[in-house]
Amino acid sequence: MAHIPLKDGLPGIRALFDFRPETAAPLCELADVLLHQPSSLTAAERELIATYVSSLNDCFYCQHAHGSIAAYHLNGDENTVIQVKRDFAAAAISEKLKALLAIAGKVQKGGKQVTAEDVEKARQLGATDFEIHDTVLIAAAFCMYNRYVDGLGTWAPKDLETYKPRAAAVAQGGYNRIPSDIRSHVRATQA
Amino acid sequence: MPHITLAEGVPGILGPMLFRPETAKPLNQLAEVLLRGPNSLSPAERELIATYVSAQNDCFFCQTIHGAVAAHHLQGNEALVAETKLAPEKAAISPKLKALLAIAGKVQKGGKHVQPADIDRARQEGATDLEIHDTVLIAAAFCMYNRYVDGLATWAPQDQGLYRQQAARLATEGYVGSTEKVAAQAG
Repeated sequence: MAHIPLKDGLPGIRALFDFRPETAAPLCELADVLLHQPSSLTAAERELIATYVSSLNDCFYCQHAHGSIAAYHLNGDENTVIQVKRDFAAAAISEKLKALLAIAGKVQKGGKQVTAEDVEKARQLGATDFEIHDTVLIAAAFCMYNRYVDGLGTWAPKDLETYKPRAAAVAQGGYNRIPSDIRSHVRATQA
Repeated sequence: MPHITLAEGVPGILGPMLFRPETAKPLNQLAEVLLRGPNSLSPAERELIATYVSAQNDCFFCQTIHGAVAAHHLQGNEALVAETKLAPEKAAISPKLKALLAIAGKVQKGGKHVQPADIDRARQEGATDLEIHDTVLIAAAFCMYNRYVDGLATWAPQDQGLYRQQAARLATEGYVGSTEKVAAQAG
């Protein structure tokens, strides 16, 4: 049970967006810029970084919500998502993304864990300053989202199939549509 | 030296915020709502939570600047800020804030560390659902800001006077637009 009273039927962070729309707005905007808006990193790459960090933080809701979005962007390739979480070095992803995931994993432990060598390795594999910046901030942001979701004891559906329709909608429409989406959902459940 | 090329002489989070204004905007808006927006927790209480979590994460820039903002709101009582960072249970703060800081400390370790007993204690000391929510989100947000600042190895000035000056400005003018002001100052 959640630590504060939240609307029934809204999973994970969506129940918290409903509880506090004032903080939902910048939280959704941040996710939209980092994960959805134009970048030299693909949406799939960025969602894989988010999924990997969420799995390191053991956040069930975030790793499955973002893992489903990553899989959607990868034409349904769930195996790659699972492989990245389990052992990204062995996954069928670019060497550059592996170097960025290594940086993300360091950020998850703590900012000071990132070394000049980690950054140099990513750079040698073609990562730009912009991509390194966004990797660090995506990893840092998911250390926030994960703690927010689990720190308030939110509910997460166990059936992974239920994550797919929403993953498709977010993959196509982005994150900024979430607050209005919640309002219509709430109206529908109250009717 | 920072891990990426940032404007020189721009301290802490402001370097990466100038580097990427698209993410600076929601990051500043989030800080504004959480730390300065209308709330039953005072700005001093909220800045103390931010400072405490930043100290737990060993982030020099964040704990120093938010500690200075907290002290500004506390009529310059820097000793109280130092006590709160060191041993919140012994500090001269309300039992409610102590209970909220205990929750914030759990969030810093990981979301699942927060237990119903921690929430019950805060409620018994008078904390509302919104105050509990905001405490968790402030703590979680500083686990982000701290990692952002240190994960890019940003530069932090050592002179406390600079932080006091900047804190007075943040306490009165707020976080939204602060990046641009500092950039103009440094430029």
